[in-house]
Amino acid sequence: METRHLTCIQCPRGCALAVRLEGADVLDVSGNTCKRGEVYARKEVVHPTRTVTSTVSVSGGARDRVSVKTLQDVPKERILDVMEVVNHTLVRAPVHVGDVLVADVCGTGSSLVATANVEAAS
Amino acid sequence: MMTETGGTGQTAGVEQVDVVIVGGGPAGLAAAASAREAGCESILILERDAELGGILNQCIHNGFGLHRFKEELTGPEYADRFARKVRELGIPYRLNTMVMDISRDRIVTAMNREDGMFQVKAGAVVLAMGCRERPRGALNIPGYRPAGIFTAGTAQRLVNIEGYMPGREVVILGSGDIGLIMARRMTLEGAKVKVVAELMPYSGGLKRNIVQCLDDYGIPLKLSHTVVDVEGKERVSAVTIAEVGPDRRPVPGTEERYTCDTLLLSCGLIPENELSRACGVEISPITNGPVVNESLETSIPGVFACGNVLHVHDLVDFVSEEAEGAGRRAADFVQGRLATGGGARIALRATNGVRYTVPSSVDPERMGDALTVRFRVGAVYENAYVSVYLGKDRVQHRKRPMLAPGEMEQVVLRRKDIEACGGLDVITLAIERD
Repeated sequence: METRHLTCIQCPRGCALAVRLEGADVLDVSGNTCKRGEVYARKEVVHPTRTVTSTVSVSGGARDRVSVKTLQDVPKERILDVMEVVNHTLVRAPVHVGDVLVADVCGTGSSLVATANVEAAS
Repeated sequence: MMTETGGTGQTAGVEQVDVVIVGGGPAGLAAAASAREAGCESILILERDAELGGILNQCIHNGFGLHRFKEELTGPEYADRFARKVRELGIPYRLNTMVMDISRDRIVTAMNREDGMFQVKAGAVVLAMGCRERPRGALNIPGYRPAGIFTAGTAQRLVNIEGYMPGREVVILGSGDIGLIMARRMTLEGAKVKVVAELMPYSGGLKRNIVQCLDDYGIPLKLSHTVVDVEGKERVSAVTIAEVGPDRRPVPGTEERYTCDTLLLSCGLIPENELSRACGVEISPITNGPVVNESLETSIPGVFACGNVLHVHDLVDFVSEEAEGAGRRAADFVQGRLATGGGARIALRATNGVRYTVPSSVDPERMGDALTVRFRVGAVYENAYVSVYLGKDRVQHRKRPMLAPGEMEQVVLRRKDIEACGGLDVITLAIERD
């Protein structure tokens, strides 16, 4: 049996988590003060995921960049692949919060959505 | 660029507005919405940037809003929810507008390109100007002064708003949250972040940011380290860091040299109170923000403060909550609902590791049923207790596994407890071992 110590990243509280593992099986999670912590710990020891946030280029807008995020977490090892797509994405203004800019980014099942508004240049 | 004037009619001479809000960031937006919901019709937000939302617009990372909305939002999304609310409520705001002066009798002087210089007579003023970063000049960093030294927030603006990379090989001094966030951001954009050096023996940022911004990318965090040399004539070419002793002075022989083209500084935030000082508002030497009472009212009646101009917060969710209180109280003030306290004022005293409290005094008649008191501690404490004394009686004694200077804490005072004491003149907050 192995015990892994993690800091929960689900909220600013940053609970110190302890995960007891038997091989790849999670036996139990302790130290969390909410349900989110347990879900995080179980995922983190087996297959960690993260939300990716960045910006993409906008053409014809009042501003040149719009901020974006992956709507769901993506596997940690795919973050740089997602960034590659982000860096080659160009969208046309107007763009609004929640607009899907790239569906199923890198086959992760998560879409890339805008997190800010950029109106068309007047 | 267009200035949005909404419904506030501009007449010759001095305009009259019930509540003028200085700053259209998270604090100003929440204060405006709550003032309107408290029945105040005449409100004006003055914002110096080209859009509402303040610093949240460049904080494109996620992690905002868990308390407020029970979901994780990015900074721009969090700002958008409040900006939309302000627009839906039809609250007027002027962008690209710089407030130049606030007088003791609440005449606000401001300017922008469309209106030139103009004055507004405010029934009440809400200060919501936020904070700014401690610059290199305030840090006593030795070495040359080449290009390539930025505050973390300036780099954040360059990368996230302007779309420029400030550099390729980066050393970061200070482990405040913006520095940690920028370590990840620069890495994702292809830069090599070599090290984060922190003067103190603990990080100034949230633990979650050390995990997801540094550990995830193998970026080392060196506690009790500082920059002792910056090389480069035109552009930064190398930075040397060294370990510091308990006296925070560099220990000879511990120097490590990193070749790099960029040094980012994340060494603390300072409330931006030039306007408040010029107005004559009393400023706390601990928070660098106004001294306020339970109504978040400064030493000048009718002038309120909230958000990072009052004290630097760790979470925007608490800024919104605090600002809503300030907006409501400002509306109460102009509508004559803020009792002009016949009752005795009770001082709030920060002792034993509690650095300060906001507010710093309480009038029980004005506090409502419950009052949230926010504070920060001066050192890291494990398994310590947060205690509240009403006079000599300890009424709260709450165990906390961890208290750190980087995180804001709070206690809630109940009016019935205070009234039960009778003749109380001081409430004390303290950190206790047992």
